[in-house]
Amino acid sequence: MKTKKKSVKTKKSMKTEKKSIMARIAESTKSVTTGVEEKDIKHWLTIYIMGKAYKVPAVLTIMQAMEYAGYKFLRSCGCRAGFCGACSTVYRKKGEYRLQTAMACQTRVEDGMYLVQIPFAPAEKVTYDIDKEDYSASVFLKYYPEIARCVSCNTCTKACPQDLEVMDYVQASLKGDFSSVAEDSFDCIQCGLCAIRCPAEIVHYNLAQLGRRMYGKYGMPEPEHLKKRLGEIKSAKFEKELRKLVNTRRKELEKIYTGRDMEKE
Amino acid sequence: MAELKFIGGYPTYMREFIDVVNSTRSKRKDYTPPAMSPEAREKILNTYHPDYAPGGKRKISIGQNKGDIGPKEVVDLLEAYPLVEPGEIDLSHIDYDVDILIIGGGLAGTSAALLANDSGIPADKILLTNKLRHGDSNSTMAEGGTQSADRPGDSPVMHFIDTIGGGHYANKPEVVKALVEDAPFIMQWLLELGAMIDRESNGDFSERLAGGFSRKRLHYCRDYTGLEELRVIRDEFRNKGIGCIEYFPVIELLTDGEGRVTGAVLFNFETEEYKIVRAKATILSTGGFGRLHIRGFPTTNHYGATADGIVLAYRVSAKLRDTDTVQYHPTGAAYPQQIVGLLLTEKLRGAGAQPINKDGEAFVYPLEPRDVEASALIKECYVREKGIITPTGMRGVWLDTPLIELKNGEGTIEKEFPGMMRMFNRFDIDMRKDPVLVFPTLHYQNGGVETDLECKTNVEGLFVAGEVSGGVHGKNRLMGNSTLDCLVFGRRAGIYSAEYVKSVKNNRKLTMRHVKKYINMLKKARIKPERRAPILLPEYRGRAVLARMIDIF
Ligand SMILES: Cc1cc2nc3c(=O)[nH]c(=O)nc-3n(C[C@H](O)[C@H](O)[C@H](O)COP(=O)(O)OP(=O)(O)OC[C@H]3O[C@@H](n4cnc5c(N)ncnc54)[C@H](O)[C@@H]3O)c2cc1C
Ligand code: FES
Repeated sequence: MKTKKKSVKTKKSMKTEKKSIMARIAESTKSVTTGVEEKDIKHWLTIYIMGKAYKVPAVLTIMQAMEYAGYKFLRSCGCRAGFCGACSTVYRKKGEYRLQTAMACQTRVEDGMYLVQIPFAPAEKVTYDIDKEDYSASVFLKYYPEIARCVSCNTCTKACPQDLEVMDYVQASLKGDFSSVAEDSFDCIQCGLCAIRCPAEIVHYNLAQLGRRMYGKYGMPEPEHLKKRLGEIKSAKFEKELRKLVNTRRKELEKIYTGRDMEKE
Repeated sequence: MAELKFIGGYPTYMREFIDVVNSTRSKRKDYTPPAMSPEAREKILNTYHPDYAPGGKRKISIGQNKGDIGPKEVVDLLEAYPLVEPGEIDLSHIDYDVDILIIGGGLAGTSAALLANDSGIPADKILLTNKLRHGDSNSTMAEGGTQSADRPGDSPVMHFIDTIGGGHYANKPEVVKALVEDAPFIMQWLLELGAMIDRESNGDFSERLAGGFSRKRLHYCRDYTGLEELRVIRDEFRNKGIGCIEYFPVIELLTDGEGRVTGAVLFNFETEEYKIVRAKATILSTGGFGRLHIRGFPTTNHYGATADGIVLAYRVSAKLRDTDTVQYHPTGAAYPQQIVGLLLTEKLRGAGAQPINKDGEAFVYPLEPRDVEASALIKECYVREKGIITPTGMRGVWLDTPLIELKNGEGTIEKEFPGMMRMFNRFDIDMRKDPVLVFPTLHYQNGGVETDLECKTNVEGLFVAGEVSGGVHGKNRLMGNSTLDCLVFGRRAGIYSAEYVKSVKNNRKLTMRHVKKYINMLKKARIKPERRAPILLPEYRGRAVLARMIDIF
């Protein structure tokens, strides 16, 4: 009797303890946009979305601030983390001459921002057959002859929200330098802001895509160990062992798993 | 908050805690806490993992998986009415008549399209439809890498064992076999397409450890792996001229009235008109559900990760599996507020970063399986009270990133983690010099629609690949196995749907009979008609605005 009572009690208290952890986590991770009362927000600032003024909490990104203001994104919002290039934004701050660019999902709002989003960049992408293409310096000019019009104004580099040396890789493409085009453009998220700003009407990011694929396919050394492994799999080297594992029971698998040796860092 | 002073992105009170981390770093350089025993893992999971903590789940009351349990947020969507009812739309006018319809262009959908085309389906007989832009997806965000056992000291057999153990033995074994055997061929395919996978100077792949893996087999492209993989295959997709439309989500599948999937209803986000597709085969590759914010957690996922795929599939009677588990990634950003929930790739820990508490102690083996690691962080913050509290009230522990530089040499972070470094730099934090604050975040849909080796489901005409599928990862996915899953089974879906299409005549009917049946089930179960799904996008508009909104147009 006594023991029974005790066990019931511990079970109950365990439960309430667990519940409270989850509740506490949910409480502390409330979104400022949707989960917090206006009266609980201390710091505010004013932004101008396409010219209209909105008062928004100061701790938000441009994207979150627009949502707070009531915009539901259909376009201009993809990964929300700086990887997809959907949220290109152009802004000018009150009293400043500079026109700036940013990814809305990765930029803090600032007081007096006048902003608009660029949800789409009209741009040409050539098609090509990578298997038939020669790894030759002329490939860039062949497909994107407009690169010859680059006036080295560096506007593309200034527009790049990833801070890449865009003009440098365009110049490298003119020289047919695959490795520089590929390495310098690698972190490109293809947001299109460079192409929108370019006075020579170059589509930098498509040019770079061509360069990277050519370099990846023809310019980088081949991993020998991969070829060997492909051969082993084709000759069914692991087939028997894998088949056996597929039919192994859980208890046995557990033993194999916990007993396996681990490679060090 | 008003008077907070910031130094290098952190308020001064957080700086004091950073000093503690700095003071223990050199001692920790050669010390890693030991991995937990199986019993200790079991215990910490059962006590602290959000999946096991009570209150988050309920039973599914209708359909194929009636009686199974799932997160409340997901079950709510399964038990919801359609966006359009049968009879409200005209199915007799077909806007797109294709061989293969692919829904969702992440890694899975895009690979499927390419392989369907390679297998003989003409480019104009394939249609890839996207809710957002082609590539706005979880795939683009994969930072860490892709697994493939191709080094001499490694083998597909070990890859199999790691995967099945990590998944708590709930994975479908024959599917895992295909995953690990195809993996090296995926690497070869990516190389042939020109993906820039990081290499050592002799040409060998650079490979790293990841949580739950016994060998270094994580392949990566700096920390933009998914971006590189996706943009390369998408470029190839565009070179092939395969049909593609954007901002056109599928809101319902169509059937021939006898249980086969024969097409879909599309919705143009901007004009709000619907379009009808007829297809001989349909591949569902809509990704996951992070944007449901299960249990109130922030998420790493993209804007469109709203569980549409499982909702659509469930209505045509597709079977789901492992609906009861959700993956929380141990290291989401906990500070600054603007990026809360965004991912700090596990590869950081693979390269030597350690989770550290407020006393400067390494309290957990850094590469436990994700669910175990996440539980340990929750315990540290909410039970041992050894977390740091941010200015907005969030708790987290440090991820000691400067240790990466100490272990691998200066410049490693800049070279291997430019994306991470850039993200923090934008908020004035230099992760080479200072640690960053982390807390678990909602990351991955472990379960999903059950598939076989050919990506077929129990519903004829419906193929499924990628995160929306279930079975490959069992109850817990390991890092780098998901992009691999998408590439392996995306390709297979393309190949086998192309094969299937050859046996299908194109005079199949388009009906919404299955929807009618579903509505009847909902009514019988007394489910209120207000709830509708798929939701397509999460709601993030400010409360005050929503309260005053009026619907005129
Ligand atoms: C931040 C982050 C980091 C990650 N890191 C790694 C990693 O390092 N290694 C790893 O292996 N995995 C990683 N993952 C997991 C992996 O990236 C994903 O699980 C995987 O890429 C999913 O691919 P998918 O093709 O199935 O879905 P997704 O890539 O999400 O693509 C699905 C697409 O379908 C669209 N869609 C959704 N609903 C509809 C609809 N109704 N109609 C039309 N289209 C629709 C979506 O908008 C999206 O474009 C990570 C995930 C995230 C979020
Ligand atoms: S939404 Fe993807 S970069 Fe901002």
